[in-house]
Amino acid sequence: MEQIIANGLYLGAQYALIALGLTLIFSLMNVLNFAHGQMYVFGGFVTYTVVVQLGLPFIVGLFASAIVLAIMGAAIEKFLFAPVVRRSKRDESTMLLAAGVAFFLDAVILLFFGEKQRGVPKIVNGVFNWDMRIIMPYDRILIGVLAILLIVVFIAFMNYSKTGRAMRALAQDKMAAQLMGVNVARYSMIGFALGAMLAGLVGGLLVTITGVNLGMGGPTSIKAFLMIMIGGAGVISGAIAGGFILGMMESVGLTVLSAYGDITYLVIFATLMIFLAVRPQGLMGKPWG
Amino acid sequence: MQKRTFLKFSALAAATFLSLPMMAHAENAKLKIGFVGVTSGPAAAWGISNQRSMEARAAWLNELGGVKFGDKTYDIEIVPFDDQKDPKRAIAGMEKMAQDGVHYVVGPNVDDGAAAVRPVAEHNGIMYFPYAFPKELFTAPASNAILGMVANYQSGPAIYKYLKENKGVKKVAFVAANESDPLSQRESGIAAAQALELEVVSGNVTYQVDTTDFTPVLLPVIQASPDLLVLSGVSPANAPQLIRSARELGYTGFISTETGQDATVLQEGAGELAEGFISVGGASTPELASDTMKEFVDRYTKMFGEYNDESNTKVYALEYIIETLKANPAAIDNVEEYKKTMDTFEAANPFMKGDAKLRYVGMTSFGQKRQVSVPLVVNEYKGGKFETLFVGQVD
Repeated sequence: MEQIIANGLYLGAQYALIALGLTLIFSLMNVLNFAHGQMYVFGGFVTYTVVVQLGLPFIVGLFASAIVLAIMGAAIEKFLFAPVVRRSKRDESTMLLAAGVAFFLDAVILLFFGEKQRGVPKIVNGVFNWDMRIIMPYDRILIGVLAILLIVVFIAFMNYSKTGRAMRALAQDKMAAQLMGVNVARYSMIGFALGAMLAGLVGGLLVTITGVNLGMGGPTSIKAFLMIMIGGAGVISGAIAGGFILGMMESVGLTVLSAYGDITYLVIFATLMIFLAVRPQGLMGKPWG
Repeated sequence: MQKRTFLKFSALAAATFLSLPMMAHAENAKLKIGFVGVTSGPAAAWGISNQRSMEARAAWLNELGGVKFGDKTYDIEIVPFDDQKDPKRAIAGMEKMAQDGVHYVVGPNVDDGAAAVRPVAEHNGIMYFPYAFPKELFTAPASNAILGMVANYQSGPAIYKYLKENKGVKKVAFVAANESDPLSQRESGIAAAQALELEVVSGNVTYQVDTTDFTPVLLPVIQASPDLLVLSGVSPANAPQLIRSARELGYTGFISTETGQDATVLQEGAGELAEGFISVGGASTPELASDTMKEFVDRYTKMFGEYNDESNTKVYALEYIIETLKANPAAIDNVEEYKKTMDTFEAANPFMKGDAKLRYVGMTSFGQKRQVSVPLVVNEYKGGKFETLFVGQVD
């Protein structure tokens, strides 16, 4: 049981971090960023290139992923999403654009980083073994702790910084925020950059554990959407809750249901369908959006 | 003076114009060979290694002046199509090949794609070389598909037998991705293990291909204490993570798979935890590779930046097509001629040392020769590269 909880917490921490960036972008711009998974993959490849190809320390790779993805996110918002949001009132315009960006990033990743699975060597060796009740490699513990730390920093930034408060105001009521002097264009761009940066950071963190490959983007986006559907789209605390709930469900399912074959995700999806039928706005979302 | 200059230029222009058809005749004719497989998404590595092997070998042959079939010399042109691992796309790809007049196609890479393209290939006179294992594709009345590698039901028993007899393996566990190919490979692996009287201690644990943490997946498997953990049909992307998780959970037994892997990917993803990992490879280990194989690896690396060990097997399909067409040039646009040649065809294997031969096999498994004779090379990962554990032969 202890092992199941430990696995669930580790999975939950990384899932929550993935979902945070997605929900931030959605809350600010009402954009479903289908390219979020590709941004995560891109971040993983940047860290891989810096650490393995250039031989620089892991922390440098992590910073490089954060910076590259933040710049990429800002550019995508400024030159692609902002004009479309300005000109089109239809939600599907941004959805199609996001899908296009996802395909584009897939092609860029293939071109620059190739088709192979890539990985960064373990950053910490050894395995924590508590009397065979909890077995957890030290690198996973470190990555889990770093993920939780990043979540805390992100929440603090959103709550106590001027930029964070401006973004929260935008997410709550764009018109009111604009009337209070919040520069919508500027903070939308910062929010998108921050969301992309979070995707890059988690990609950089996980490349040491799971590695990274061209095809991980799509499934990662789907899982991220799953998490924000559970927690409530556009709600920061909802994304965190959704991440930890999905992580725990996966951990429990894979252990308890393993004797019945691979039905864990079948059960998760069935549960989610019933849950959404009862509470379509998710755990913490508002019924009016 | 001006008139003379005009006449000179006119004569030169006429001579140039008239010589154009002759210059065109001097160029080799093109022989189009198709590739329909997955070059995007999670399994992209499988198809890209296929396509690049074909392109590297074709470029090399064209550089040497082309390939002579009968009294005519051809340049080889590779026509690729990404089926995105989707059977519907695979059908579209095979139809495109038919429209382009292609009679020989390498791929698809997976079972459902290979099964889906069968009617199109048979209707349009196309021979295809899938990397898929369903026996009905290769047994009569089917006759247009040729298995491009060693099937898991051929390599699996050989590996289990070796480990049983030489390493004292008694208990086996199987783990597979929740997809058609790995699941069917797991079923045939379990059957092979049971036929060898090995105890299957775990055979129903599966995982999603996008799993990011394999610890919970492998926990119940490791608790069953197998001597051998078989990663059925594992993709190169998942193999390092599974190996790493199993070792980190304290598993010390053998780990094997019947799919091809890449040493660099294992090194980066699992490091020294991958030591002793057993997989099926081709002919590029130093003990087996000929000078031609070594040059192929060099050319591939120069062309695409990095070699993929999966190409040790993928290099063969194009070679079989070319050598068979050399043996019977009438088969260039008539696959029935090709089929006639297959039964007796034999040529030197350029990629292996010694007197290895290219020939079609498969009588034991399929009742007809519908498989390329790729050496069954079982490799062990050691110190960042593969070493040959043993070499077997299909049929």
